[in-house]
Order: sequence, then C-alpha cells, then structure tokens
Amino acid sequence: MARLKSFADLERTKKRILSQRDPSKPCVTICSGTGCHAYGCEKVSQAFVDEVERNGLQGKVDVRRTGCHGFCERGPLVVIFPEEICYLRVKPEDVPEIVSKTLVEKKLVERLLYVDPVTGDRIVHEGEIPFYKHQSRIVFGNNRLIDPKSIEDYISLGGYSALAKALSEMSPEDVLETVKRANLRGRGGGGFPAGTKWETTRNAPGEVKYVIVNADEGDPGAYMDRSLLEGNPHSVLEGLIIGAYAIGSHEGYVYVRQEYPLAVENLSLAMNQAREYGLLGANILGSGFDFDVKVHRGAGAFVSGESSALMTALEGRVGEPRPKYVHTAVSGIRERPSSLNNVETWANVPMIINRGADWFSAIGTEGSKGTKIFSLVGKVNNTGLVEVPMGMTLREIINNIGGGIRQGKKFKAVQTGGPSGGCIPESLLDLPVDFDELTRVGSMMGSGGMIVMDEDTCMVDVARYFLNFLADESCGKCVPCREGIRQMLNILNRICEGKGEPGDIELLEELSEVVRDASLCALGGTAPNPVLSTIRYFRDEYKAHIEQKRCPAGVCKELIAYYIQPERCQACLICLRECPVGAITGSKNLVHVIDQDKCTKCGTCFEVCPPRFGAVVKLSGEPVPAAPPPGTEVVRRKGRGKGAQK
Amino acid sequence: MKGVNLEIDGRQVKAKEGMTILEAARGVGIDIPTLCYHEKLAPYGACRLCTVEISRNKRTRLVTACVYPVEDGLVVKTESPQVIKTRKMLLELMLASAPAKAIEDLALRYGVEKPRFEAEKTMCVLCGLCVRYCAEIKKANAIGFVGRGIERKVVFFPEIASTVCMSCKECFGLCPTGKLPSETDGVCFDDLTVEDFLSTRAL
Repeated sequence: MARLKSFADLERTKKRILSQRDPSKPCVTICSGTGCHAYGCEKVSQAFVDEVERNGLQGKVDVRRTGCHGFCERGPLVVIFPEEICYLRVKPEDVPEIVSKTLVEKKLVERLLYVDPVTGDRIVHEGEIPFYKHQSRIVFGNNRLIDPKSIEDYISLGGYSALAKALSEMSPEDVLETVKRANLRGRGGGGFPAGTKWETTRNAPGEVKYVIVNADEGDPGAYMDRSLLEGNPHSVLEGLIIGAYAIGSHEGYVYVRQEYPLAVENLSLAMNQAREYGLLGANILGSGFDFDVKVHRGAGAFVSGESSALMTALEGRVGEPRPKYVHTAVSGIRERPSSLNNVETWANVPMIINRGADWFSAIGTEGSKGTKIFSLVGKVNNTGLVEVPMGMTLREIINNIGGGIRQGKKFKAVQTGGPSGGCIPESLLDLPVDFDELTRVGSMMGSGGMIVMDEDTCMVDVARYFLNFLADESCGKCVPCREGIRQMLNILNRICEGKGEPGDIELLEELSEVVRDASLCALGGTAPNPVLSTIRYFRDEYKAHIEQKRCPAGVCKELIAYYIQPERCQACLICLRECPVGAITGSKNLVHVIDQDKCTKCGTCFEVCPPRFGAVVKLSGEPVPAAPPPGTEVVRRKGRGKGAQK
Repeated sequence: MKGVNLEIDGRQVKAKEGMTILEAARGVGIDIPTLCYHEKLAPYGACRLCTVEISRNKRTRLVTACVYPVEDGLVVKTESPQVIKTRKMLLELMLASAPAKAIEDLALRYGVEKPRFEAEKTMCVLCGLCVRYCAEIKKANAIGFVGRGIERKVVFFPEIASTVCMSCKECFGLCPTGKLPSETDGVCFDDLTVEDFLSTRAL
C-alpha cells in the first residue's frame, strides 16, 4: 500500500475499497471478541472457511471475523449479511447446515435464532433482538461490521475522515472548541470534561506534551474498553491523533494491560497499518502534522488506572499515585503536560468531529452528553456490553435490554462504577443514568460496570467483596487508604461471621469519612462507597447481621444452617449421595438428617433436593430444630412425582 | 523569589513561592505534626498526619501541608475540628499496628488512648523514611517496599544490604517506631533473606 499523501488520497482509497465490494454479496461475520473466543469462535470461523470452499462458494461468499458485538452470553455469534440474519451459540457442527440452508437455499436455521422469552417468537435480524433494539450503538456499533485487523474495513466505513477533516478544515483551536462545546466528559471514571483537560495541557508551558490512552481497565466484570480496543482499534487511534493535533502533542502512549493480549495484538497491528498508510508518523496525510504513538503494557494493577500512577508507571517506576497537588494535564509524564483519557472517550472524538458538537450534545442529559457503554452483568437474563444514551433509566437498561432478572427472582440492587462505586436499590430504579445522578445517590459512573443483584445477594457480603478487592489493589502507600480499608474489611468480616457488635455501623461510617477525605488519591477517596451506599440503602440488613445474627439473603455461611424438614423428605438419597463431606445420614425409606457439626454449608443439598419435595431449607437467625429420632420413616406423600408442589 | 501572602490559623504569614504550607507554618513557629516528612527528602504525603484545612474562593477542603504549595490569599486552619477528627482517626489506625512511644505520644495529644481497631503488631507505619533516605541520600537502595495494599511492607534487599548496611545504619535513627534498630542491630546482613527480614515480628 502506498502512503496516503493527501486528504484526496484518503477519499480515493475509500472509493477504491468500496468499488471492490458488493454490498449484496453474502458475508458471514463471526464475532471474534474475547467472550466469543472463549466459546470457541475460532473453530466456527475455520469451519465456515472450509465449508464455503467445500461448497465451491469461494469468491461468492465472504467470511469475516469481526469485533465484539456485545451479546457475549449467547456467543459465538454469527451474523449473515446482507440480510443480517443472526445465529446464536453457533457450534462448528452447525456450520454445514448454515452454509447449505442459509447461504445456498436462502432458508433459515430456525433453532439457532433468538427466541423471545415472552412471546416465544423467533427473531431473525440482529437489530430486532430486544438486547440490541433498545441500544444506541454509536461508538460500539461498527465493531460488528469490521474486521479489527483490517484498516480497509475501517476506511470503507468512513474511518479517518474525521482526522482528514480536522487536519484540512479545522485549526487546533476549532477542534478544541468543538470537543468543549460537545461537552464530552471522560468515560474512565471521574467524568471530567475532556475539552477542558485538553485545553489545560495545550496552554501549559513546555514544548513537549503527551496524549495518552488509558486502557488499564480494572473493574471486576467490566470489559468495554477491552472490547473497543480489540474490536475497533482504529477508532481509538483516530480519536487520539485528533486530540494530539488539538493539544499540540507529537507523542502519545497507549497504556494497556498485559492481560489484554488480543487488544495489544490488534492495536499494534492497527498502528503499523496506520503508519504504512501515512495516517500516523511524520507529515500525516501531507498536512505537516507529525504524531506517533507507543504501546506500554501495564502489569495490571488497578491503582495504575489513576492518572498520576499511570504516568509514573509509564516512566518505568512502580505505579503509585503522586502526592502532588498539580494536575497531570500540567505536569504528567516526566513532569510534562499530559492529557490522559480512557479508551471510550477517545473513540467518541472522531464522531464529534464528523457530525459536530450539536449532534453529539443533542444526545443525553443536561450535564452528560452522548452515550455510555456499560458492562451489564450479574443476575440479568441478557448479559453483555450495552451502549445507551445518557439518561436512560436503570429500569429500562435492566428490564428492556437485560431482559429482567434471571429465574423470575426479585431485583435487589444494581452496583455501578466498579469497586469504588455503590449499590443502588429498587426504589431508585427510575434514576436516569448519567454522571451527576449516579454520584448524587452515592454511587458513580466509573468506567461503566453494572452488576445486577437479585434477592439472593447479601449486601454486607457485597460490601465485603469490594473492600477485599480494594485491600489487594490499593497501592498501600498512604495510611487512611491502607489502614482504613484494612479495618473496614475487618469489621465487615466480623459482621458477616456473626461477630458484629453494636456501634459497628457507626464506626464504619466514621472510618469512611476519614478514608474519603484524607486519602492520597481517588482510589482511597472512593473506597468507602461500597460500604456507605450499602449502609445507606440496606441498613436493616446490617442490623439483622449484628443484632439478630441473621443473614436475610442466606449468604453468610457462619449465619446460616441447612435443615431437612422431616415431613417433606422423601428419602430419595440424592442429597445424601451428593453431600461432599458425608454430613447427611439416612437410607431408603428413612428420613435424611444433616449432621450440623460436619456440614460445611456448601448448599449442595439445597440445590439438588427435587423442587417437588422442597425438603431442604436454609435457616438464618433461628435455631435448627432437633433432628428426628434415628430410624424415623418418611411420610409418603400422595401424588408423589406428579406435578410440582411449592 | 516572589513573596506569597497567606493566612495560617488567623496569622498573616509571608512565605516564598514554591514553599509548602508545612514549611511556611513551621517558619513562623506553628507546629503541624508529621511522621513521614523529612526536610532532606522529597515530600511523600503518606502518613497524612499533616492534613490541614484550606479555604479558597469559599471552597474548603483537606490537603496535606507537606505537599501543598503556598498560594496568595490562601486561608489555612491547622487545627480545625475536621482536621483534629482526621488526625485522631489516623493515629488510632496507626496505633493498632504500631504502638510505639512516638505514635502513642502523638495519639495522646489528640486524645486517643486505646485504638478501637486490632491489627498485627508490625510496628511499622510504612512512612518510608528508611526507604527514601537510602534511595535519595545514600543512593544505595538497600531497603525498599514490597507488596501492595494491606500486604505492603518494608524489606532489606539482601544482595545490596549485605554490602552497604553494616557500615551505614543511618536509617536507624529515622525510624519513628524504633523497629529498624531494635530488629536489625546485631543482625548479620550477610545471612539475610527477604522473607525473614523486617516482616511481621513485633518489638
């Protein structure tokens, strides 16, 4: 490929690519994101290549491995263009049938289609599946259309046209003004206006300035940045180059976790392609603007996502936050002005330049513009990555896109913002999701983690889980964060073990305040959020643990006991055989009994007891009834085995 | 150098540009407690004991005096109720793992007699004075941090310590809890391993 030397060259290349492509030609796309990889999409892709050849369809059908589509739970995902027929959970064995039926005979393979859980209807087109239908995929949407390893795919969709526009028609100040007017706020956690940050770096003294992509995504369960970087690396790169132009920077870094090998691979490939095309390096598109970027692989510390820690790590030292009260936008890498934005923020930039600030700021709420990608996980039916306009309510996201709570259980809370976020209760489900509203209720946007919890979740245990995470992931440098988290975790452990004391809740609150106000960086500053938000909305649950030694959700092992109700037990021997520690005695016709001293409370008996018997119950906060005398025979129930009883 | 005018505890203080609040305050005899501060070393901001309250443009917040640079018109309170509450809690937290004389004295000054928390008695508050002195002044890097979060601790690096420490020991006097001299004096540095050194032993 010859270097593109001008804006016209880019346009000509796009036209050439499009002229070589026939939009009506069938194309099988296979999602090749990390989720689908885990499901074995590579074998599915290979099966399509082989099967197309076997049927003599080479040249007549394209096979394309694309970026992550987001509906990871149903992977591997296959979408066949131009009809956009969507097949879910495709296995290599299904491929011959798909090729012969759908590609040759133009018929559907019904069993691989999405089935609406309510109506039972089969849905053919990807965009009509409720999971996708309610989303606005302006940042994430191209993932499914392109092969992330192909710059031609990206260019064919208008890729790098925003860069060309910025370099040819706009001054750096124009670009800055556009991003400011769009009110693009940082998607990495704090929600700081990106344009303002860029302006600070631009105006800061010093010739050398840096721009950095923060791809140190570390929240448990969150993987939006990973999927963007893996699935559409050029969009992030294009945004970064535009930002560099606005700021007056000629050097950039992408700080990406070592644990994201596919992201590193696709990004590195994208950078090499961009250099070959003259879109990165010296004299970009003949504009006279020089910019290049390096990939820095981080060792995967959560705290390294903090801006000053990240920059310290980039300098080759231990990734610990700096104590200084000067923003990294002014004094960052090697004390030079450095603008750091996360992956999703950069990926928003090309759209804003192409479509304008007004288009962007028309989406979203008063204070939060555009869309946000969330990693919707937990106890919802449809888990995956979802992109919605700011301001959509939690209820809409969870019910319409997530398909409601699994197994008809009751919703309890949704945790947003990762380990530094908070838990939001049912009473606030109609909250419009944006930066300010989430903060107002004691949680935060964070980078977009959204963990849905059902009635079987213990909120004290949830707070403990996140504090445990933070106890490992704090750098341990400052006293309030390190010792405060240690002691909050100690108290939570005590409460969960039934050793909570009156005053513990108040002590947690008192500690939280100091940890929040006195910590060195934002990790400590937000670390009490999981504790404070669960106390705020689920204080009764804390009280039940402390005062009644009862875990209402039946989660905390030290506070629960399993018990077989003698009148319901049908001596089926299932729990007795399955118990991993041999704690259950009994035999055919004799009521089964759990030896409470041997029981490890793993819950296996509870899970395997046939629902029609429902003999095993979980008790908390009440004494375990005395076991029936040895040799007690079961009471056979009428109609046993016919129809379930509650 | 340019002069800076600020107010500390109701007193008008003249400072020089680039000074920290701590330097400006100590310059006029206002005492702000510190543990991890050392005038020969770069500010570290880890013990947070020098937390003070500042007001600017009606906005009030807590900052660490050892790092925060003086600004014209800054109003500083070194013993506001919130500052005292914060220091008290920090000392209570430190006291749980390091009940040494210096910490106890400071804690008493803020009214903490017995901490409400329990922790392993490591006798180290991870102020990093030894580590930073060794790195910044001696340029030896014989002692350093390992681990993260609540597992963070100070260790000697045997291969360096065995060659430089015996003739130096300058860090001993810096240790606010006395852990270094009490656990290290007389130890043969040649026999050190990372595991058995300065880990969790109590005084």
